[in-house]
Amino acid sequence: MTIGKMLLASAAIACVFGPAAALADTSGKKIALSNNYAGNSWRQAMLTSWDKITKEAVAKGVVAAADPFTTAENQATEQAAQIQNMIVQGYDAIVVNAASPTALNGAIKEACDAGITVVSFDGIVTEPCAWRIAVDFKGMGESQIEYLAKKMPQGGNLLEIRGLAGVSVDDNIHAGIVAGVEKNPQFKIVGSVNGDWAQDVAQRAVAGILPSLPDVAAVVTQGGDGYGAAQAFAAAKRPTPTIIMGNREDELVWWKQQKDASNYETMSVSIAPGVSTLAFWVAQQILDGKEVKKDLTVPFLRIDQDNLEANLKTTQKGGVANVEYSLEDAQKVIASAD
Amino acid sequence: MRISAETFRQIIPAVSLVLLLGAVFYMQPRAMSYTGLNLLFNLAVPIALATVAQMLIMSVNDLDLSMGTFVSFSACVAATYLQSAPLIGVAILLAAIAVYATIGMLIHMRELPSIVVTLGMSFVWGGLAVLMLPQPGGQAPGWARWLMTAKPPLVPLAIVASVVIAVVTHLIVSRSSFGVLVRGIGGNTRSVARAGWSVLGLRAATYALAGFFAILSGIALVGLTTSADANIALRYTLLSIAGVILGGGEFVGGRVSPVGAVIGALTLTLAGSFLSFMRISPDWQIGAQGAILIIVLGLRLAFNLFEKRRRTR
Repeated sequence: MTIGKMLLASAAIACVFGPAAALADTSGKKIALSNNYAGNSWRQAMLTSWDKITKEAVAKGVVAAADPFTTAENQATEQAAQIQNMIVQGYDAIVVNAASPTALNGAIKEACDAGITVVSFDGIVTEPCAWRIAVDFKGMGESQIEYLAKKMPQGGNLLEIRGLAGVSVDDNIHAGIVAGVEKNPQFKIVGSVNGDWAQDVAQRAVAGILPSLPDVAAVVTQGGDGYGAAQAFAAAKRPTPTIIMGNREDELVWWKQQKDASNYETMSVSIAPGVSTLAFWVAQQILDGKEVKKDLTVPFLRIDQDNLEANLKTTQKGGVANVEYSLEDAQKVIASAD
Repeated sequence: MRISAETFRQIIPAVSLVLLLGAVFYMQPRAMSYTGLNLLFNLAVPIALATVAQMLIMSVNDLDLSMGTFVSFSACVAATYLQSAPLIGVAILLAAIAVYATIGMLIHMRELPSIVVTLGMSFVWGGLAVLMLPQPGGQAPGWARWLMTAKPPLVPLAIVASVVIAVVTHLIVSRSSFGVLVRGIGGNTRSVARAGWSVLGLRAATYALAGFFAILSGIALVGLTTSADANIALRYTLLSIAGVILGGGEFVGGRVSPVGAVIGALTLTLAGSFLSFMRISPDWQIGAQGAILIIVLGLRLAFNLFEKRRRTR
């Protein structure tokens, strides 16, 4: 009894005087990451970021645990079972990158009913009780045209490389590009191909359409296709236009080479895999009792001429430029949603 | 008293389920509650129904590789037409059952390998599902949602449903004359035909019944997930086959066990949870899942050898 009281008292003192006093509310909370797929460099980077940031947070006592779980196969039914297991395991919050926006809703509803905070990101879910950290893909498309409008006010012909047909991400980025062109009528999309977010596919597609195109001033892309486009232009012995890059390591390396050789200028934009850490902090903030809007938007990661070298240095070979978010970043994102 | 070979064969699946359940309870005592059990097993209900459907097909020595896409298709129908226009929905599902019966007849009449026909059909079902729900969505019919989230007193729904499925299919397959004939086709088609039965009709009926159970699986799945997408149940093809085999069934010879199939489906679901509670790294999880399957099947194989030796003696 007395020992218990002493423990309680010392715990209370630790709470008052401890360095993490402001965050003590969540120190006993457990957060789980439910991830549906780990088979590409983006997802690997996402998991590595999660590991790095959450291990630090657990060591500092911000939360009690932050365990990542990845389903063995990219299937919604399996992920639903995984989420239900997490409920049984007694996690306080579940951070989800969902295999399907709708097929997990039943399991997520179960979690909410059990009093668990659910935060979805990247692959978001439609269940209203969950939080959503969505990517503004449309804004990403629009920002490309805005950059080009500033760089070449006289305008010119554009070649658009799209992603995988029928996927909503492709539609959204494309809609952004179209909206940007409408606002800046000095640009004209003269050709459009599907690059499937893969360098080899993009290269083939661009090589196929190039002979039929007039002079191309710039190439707008969706990420993972800029290097392939550059190769196609080089092979066709045409002057290299301004190709927007997508933060992949091979693209950044090529850009650096061109920059050193001929002072080539462009920009690069994509989503940082570290968005998982943003979701982690948002979940922590919700557990901490903060008021958080259900729909948040994640900023995209943009690389410009002057910070290319710095980003290239931190990007792993064959990987994607990444940024990990801190608690302060999350608070900024939460505040900007109000 | 010596336990007969057949009983032993039936007991293995149940024993592996109990062992696995014990391990899960030990690791996660929280699971030992009404909600805990329900959460562990409710996603096994659609898998159990799909496994029963697969078992019916396997009892006539065939294999259905379109099970996953067909369950996805029924889930899409359930989340769209069955919810908004029940009559059209029912008509579509009845048509799907008719297609299943036709496939059964086609396979029998032309002596086609069922694997090839059903693999082909899997693209048809998948395509139809995408046509119906190009984007994930739809909504579960209210009654399906009510049924799957019902909270019966004392025993959680997942367990009640599994028992009901096991009993009903046991009555059909192991106790009715229809079931005897179906298994007879698997055992010796010619003798069934010589006895004056229409193998064509029986096969068609078996396929239709399998289609019916697969549709129930799709509806149950949508009842759990609240909405569907065209790829929702792709895993069910392999899961259902593994469930039948785990439950003591065989690929040929009409040796199937309905109770075992349901237990097999529960075991497979539980194996996934077990691995997740073990905190096995995702890189190893597929391997570990495979290992559990191999261990149980290894047990079976060892037992089959043992059985054979005892017979020859």
